[in-house]
Amino acid sequence: MSTNTMAEPAAPPGRSAGAVKRGDKRKSPYPYWFYLPAAIVYTILFLVPTFASFYFSLTRWTLFDTEFIGFGNFVTFFEQPQLVTGLTNTMIYAFVTSGAKVVLGLLLAVFLTSQIIARGWLRSVIFFPVLVSTVGVGITFQVLMDPQEGLINDSLALLGVEGPGWLTDPAIALLSVALVDVWKGVGLATVIYIAGIVSIPQEYYEAARVDGAGSFQNFWHIILPLARPATATVIILSLIGGLRSFELIWAMTRGGPGYTSDVIASVIYKQYQAGFYGISTAGNVVLFLVVTAIILPLTLFLNRREVEM
Amino acid sequence: MRKPTTQCTRALVALAAAAALATGCSAGSLGDSGGGNGDGVSLSFLTSNGPEDIALAEGLAEAYMAENPGVSVEVETRPGGTEGDNLVKTRLATGDMADVFVYNTGSLLQALNPTQTLVPVTDQPWTQELDPTFVEAASADGQIFGAGVGTVQAGAVMYNKAVYQQLGLQPPRTWDEFMANNAAIAEQTDIAPVIQTYQETWTSQLFVLGDFHNVLQAEPDFPERYTAGEVKYATSEAALRGFQHQQAVHEAGFMNEDFASATYEEGLRMLAEGEGVHYPILTSAIAEIVASHPDAVANIGVFGLPGPDPATHGITIWTPGAAYIPQTTEGPQRDAALDFLAFIASPQGCDVMTEAATPTGPYVVAGCELPADVPPAVTDIQAYLDAGAASPALEFLSPVKGPNLENLTVEVGSGIRSAEDAAALYDQDVAQQAQQLGLEGW
Repeated sequence: MSTNTMAEPAAPPGRSAGAVKRGDKRKSPYPYWFYLPAAIVYTILFLVPTFASFYFSLTRWTLFDTEFIGFGNFVTFFEQPQLVTGLTNTMIYAFVTSGAKVVLGLLLAVFLTSQIIARGWLRSVIFFPVLVSTVGVGITFQVLMDPQEGLINDSLALLGVEGPGWLTDPAIALLSVALVDVWKGVGLATVIYIAGIVSIPQEYYEAARVDGAGSFQNFWHIILPLARPATATVIILSLIGGLRSFELIWAMTRGGPGYTSDVIASVIYKQYQAGFYGISTAGNVVLFLVVTAIILPLTLFLNRREVEM
Repeated sequence: MRKPTTQCTRALVALAAAAALATGCSAGSLGDSGGGNGDGVSLSFLTSNGPEDIALAEGLAEAYMAENPGVSVEVETRPGGTEGDNLVKTRLATGDMADVFVYNTGSLLQALNPTQTLVPVTDQPWTQELDPTFVEAASADGQIFGAGVGTVQAGAVMYNKAVYQQLGLQPPRTWDEFMANNAAIAEQTDIAPVIQTYQETWTSQLFVLGDFHNVLQAEPDFPERYTAGEVKYATSEAALRGFQHQQAVHEAGFMNEDFASATYEEGLRMLAEGEGVHYPILTSAIAEIVASHPDAVANIGVFGLPGPDPATHGITIWTPGAAYIPQTTEGPQRDAALDFLAFIASPQGCDVMTEAATPTGPYVVAGCELPADVPPAVTDIQAYLDAGAASPALEFLSPVKGPNLENLTVEVGSGIRSAEDAAALYDQDVAQQAQQLGLEGW
């Protein structure tokens, strides 16, 4: 008797299965009205300025009038070597920081999900730089990296190594800033990876132990593939952030010495400071197109791989 | 069970509403008591955050308030360099500017669009007493806009006389003599021959800008042809020399070791304490040295950036900045501001400024006297002016000045870019600025 009454699943209270289906065909627009406030804010604060900037990038505008000049601003943007330097530096900066955050984030996450002492405290220590003000970090590291009087070079001198001019040598200024950016941002990547790793079911590990897998095989064959959604998230977030990065570079070097550590965002800001508003807007449009052109295909690629899995 | 909860909720809401109303009442009355000051007018006075500029502004404000008890003048500061330019332009455009503000004269003033944003003072009686070069630099479209704050200064090489005496050197009259002096200093001492301070990028421009007297000697019609777009830095041999000199100093290794990270204050300290010998800089630095290293003042001298010809050796001068009134200042504030400008442009104002910061040259107001005990550096500058061997810098003879010069000169001085490339890029920058200003022929 008990088995018979439990053979069929209970219908949702107040509705039969058939009623639910009929409701689906006649979808009420009522839920969509809740999108309206957010849509208005999004349109006013994002869509309108973006399309307005497409128009203004084709003009030379002062604060009082505009003059339509077609693609002149874009031609100037790509003709001047320091502006093209900004573009290449942005690519280098974005891919270096993103790559470093992915690799280091994964390694730290594996470390912080294993059985170690003070695991909770270590997780806070790793995450703490993410919370600190970027400008504060920039100014602090600028002082630490001073070639003659900074703490970093003083400590290296104790070990007998002569530290380079971290922020004053044109060859390594950008990479020094990238290093600080990685220090600051790796906590977020680690936290995302921890969430991904922790969600892997224990059965995989048990099965692997039965098959005699060592810790490296565990990592390569279980953690790495199953953390792929987390990897996709970290790659996309850190790449977008890296392509648009501004505060840290501005606080540490102001794009200097000269133009050697300029990225597109600081080029845009410098053109704005100089009063060349049209070129600055054109730079913004270029940044928008570059970020879209890189991130959109990447997102589709990574998400498709995920679905296939 | 629901009734008591509803009653509680209603009571809480009523309490919160009453509290909000009460807060509104008290905030209103606080606002009233703060604003009404009887017949007092208060002026905000915005100036750059350099120590000399702050000293001048505060001196003028205090003296004016002592004379006019009904007016209170409050000094605010802003950064210098391109950040300051940007801030001034933005605040003017958004109508958020202080009641009176100090800014450069010359081409930087033109970039503010003064006929649309500033109050003209051409009809004020004190404008009759102003030096004609200053009047031209503080005008646009035939209208004068500002009262000079500070003195004429030079863009030249400040040098340490004690080291010169120690090594038996003479102030150079040609570039070759200058480099020979540098070589002697480098060989015989550990002192840095030339101080550069690229952490503050504006200080890197003096090799180019301070050389303009020599450019004018070689090409007297340079400003007119430059404004018309007919002559460029890259194509004019005389003008290119400034960039080439900077590159030569870097390549000879005459710069201080920490040139890339030194600040302006550190540069002045090195000069005063004898750790560096030559510092190409604006001579408003004299006031800063008087304030911070008073016993080193007697050791500092000035000579103009040397050119190829000893017979035409001279100095490039800067007219002082001026105090302007934005059009957003109205009513009793505008009257008080105009009166404040009249005070600044009077002999009494000059005396106040002399007390606040050491003068580095003559004032632009006729009737202003310099004290007898000026530092030897000022005497050096005055000697050039008395001999007629002085010319205004290009930015006072032409409205076009590219905003990116300081970044390019940092690159040349750091050895990142060659002088010829930097000059060509600067010409492009100037062209953009000219187009932005809507000038003919660009």
